[in-house]
Amino acid sequence: MTHPDFLWRDPDPKPSYDVVIVGGGGHGLATAYYLAANHGLTNVAVLEKGWLAGGNMARNTTIIRSNYLWDESAAIYEHSLKLWEGLSEELDYDLMFSQRGVLNLAHSLGDVREGRRRVNANRLNGVDAEWLDADEVRKFCPIVNVSSSARHPVLGATLQRRGGIAKHDHVAWALARKADAYGIDLIQGCEVTGFDIEGGRVRAVRTSRGRIAAGKVALASAGHTSVLAERAGIPLPLQSHPLQALVSELLEPVLDCVVMSNAVHVYVSQAHKGELVMGAGIDAYNSYGQRGAFHVIEAQMAAALELFPIFSRVRVLRTWAGIVDVSPDASPIIGRTPVEGLYVNAGWGTGGFKATPGSGWVYAHTIAHDEPHPLAVPFALERFTTGALIDEHGAAAVAH
Amino acid sequence: MLLIDCPHCGPRDENEFRYGGQAGIAYPERPAELTDDEWAGYVFRRDNPKGWFHERWFHAHGCRVWLTVERHTVTHEIRKPR
Ligand SMILES: Cc1cc2nc3c(=O)[nH]c(=O)nc-3n(C[C@H](O)[C@H](O)[C@H](O)COP(=O)(O)OP(=O)(O)OC[C@H]3O[C@@H](n4cnc5c(N)ncnc54)[C@H](O)[C@@H]3O)c2cc1C
Ligand SMILES: [Zn+2]
Repeated sequence: MTHPDFLWRDPDPKPSYDVVIVGGGGHGLATAYYLAANHGLTNVAVLEKGWLAGGNMARNTTIIRSNYLWDESAAIYEHSLKLWEGLSEELDYDLMFSQRGVLNLAHSLGDVREGRRRVNANRLNGVDAEWLDADEVRKFCPIVNVSSSARHPVLGATLQRRGGIAKHDHVAWALARKADAYGIDLIQGCEVTGFDIEGGRVRAVRTSRGRIAAGKVALASAGHTSVLAERAGIPLPLQSHPLQALVSELLEPVLDCVVMSNAVHVYVSQAHKGELVMGAGIDAYNSYGQRGAFHVIEAQMAAALELFPIFSRVRVLRTWAGIVDVSPDASPIIGRTPVEGLYVNAGWGTGGFKATPGSGWVYAHTIAHDEPHPLAVPFALERFTTGALIDEHGAAAVAH
Repeated sequence: MLLIDCPHCGPRDENEFRYGGQAGIAYPERPAELTDDEWAGYVFRRDNPKGWFHERWFHAHGCRVWLTVERHTVTHEIRKPR
């Protein structure tokens, strides 16, 4: 048997590039793809310290939706969702993007009010959103326990029918293949260790494979962004935390939508192969250890079983963690930095997979024009000084 | 799960505690004189090192005292808390 064709080359770094992207996860790869596709920039390298898309891109639970509360978030996440809707065709690769609907359950009067408010806000922003009462939830997802005596009674839910899941590896491979075809160098096993900054402008990156000169440097390093930015002398309002998820053994199809519950900190979907994919909230402490504590998984399973008694005999196959970069307002930080030619795209925390195409789109524009894309303007680092926060803790509280 | 050695109660499981983030963040001495950027630093920016980190833990289900713990953010090793 021969090895299947490789989807991208494995080049050595050139001495210099117009743009160097630090981090070969989903956002770095999408940024590279759109730099070429939308802006004609192809003298570009993506530097990845490990292997392509082995960070959070490989570890997330792939929930995609755009039903965020505030106008700024709705705009950027909805832009991303629209891109998802055409992305398999555009990249000529089946991303297994499945718009099966995302339910966000309400368990208390506060949840109900927040959910209804969000539905109204979403509709005003052209984002599809519906409010379901408990009986409608039961009809939409019959295996959810809507009994009023449940530990976490279901009082209703928001539903975004256009939300769903995709296959994360396919997304990474499809973006990598296209970027490579444009001549972009995807360089694995290349850790950025520092920056050459002269006269307030970045000139080069220092890496485990030598110095690489760069016209512009774009961070797309998720959980490690603070470590890198610090080496450029830029303190960022980010904290790195483990975020855990797990899969069950393979089951017959039993759940055909995504169910999330902020209040009890659990969310569940069933992947195409048949495993249940479940996630929880972050581990409380700062960590770069790519592992979390088991009591977090236990609490998450307790909540899941309250919602889905039918899963009581399902066995966990494996659990894992990624390191997510959490910002104070649960919104990303996108744009220029105090160092000229150095850009940041971080703080997507627990919910950046859904933003992969949208983030790459606006970041590529921001880099190419040295001017934030209109959708990225509100997400600039300056908002922590001006106070114009985009507080999405309500929409993003649980990890997804 | 971490085992945190509370100076008052002895070694206890992590889930008896609440996390409080970076230690040693004092309220500004002259708040009226702070620039907006200095306020941003005080309110929003915290160290996020890959390595040793001084952090606060609150023994919520124990003595209800705040401790400062030195913990490594990769190995999760803890040095004797104070
Ligand atoms: C368990 C879990 C579940 C999640 N579930 C969801 C979900 O359901 N929906 C959703 O929208 N989001 C979800 N997320 C969040 C989402 O995964 C992230 O927001 C997103 O993947 C971050 O962007 P990225 O893909 O570019 O990150 P990554 O894939 O982490 O890419 C960053 C890359 O930078 C590299 N890097 C770091 N430092 C250096 C350096 N010095 N030099 C070179 N390279 C470096 C890393 O090795 C890594 O490959 C989840 C995350 C986790 C951990
Ligand atoms: Zn104690």
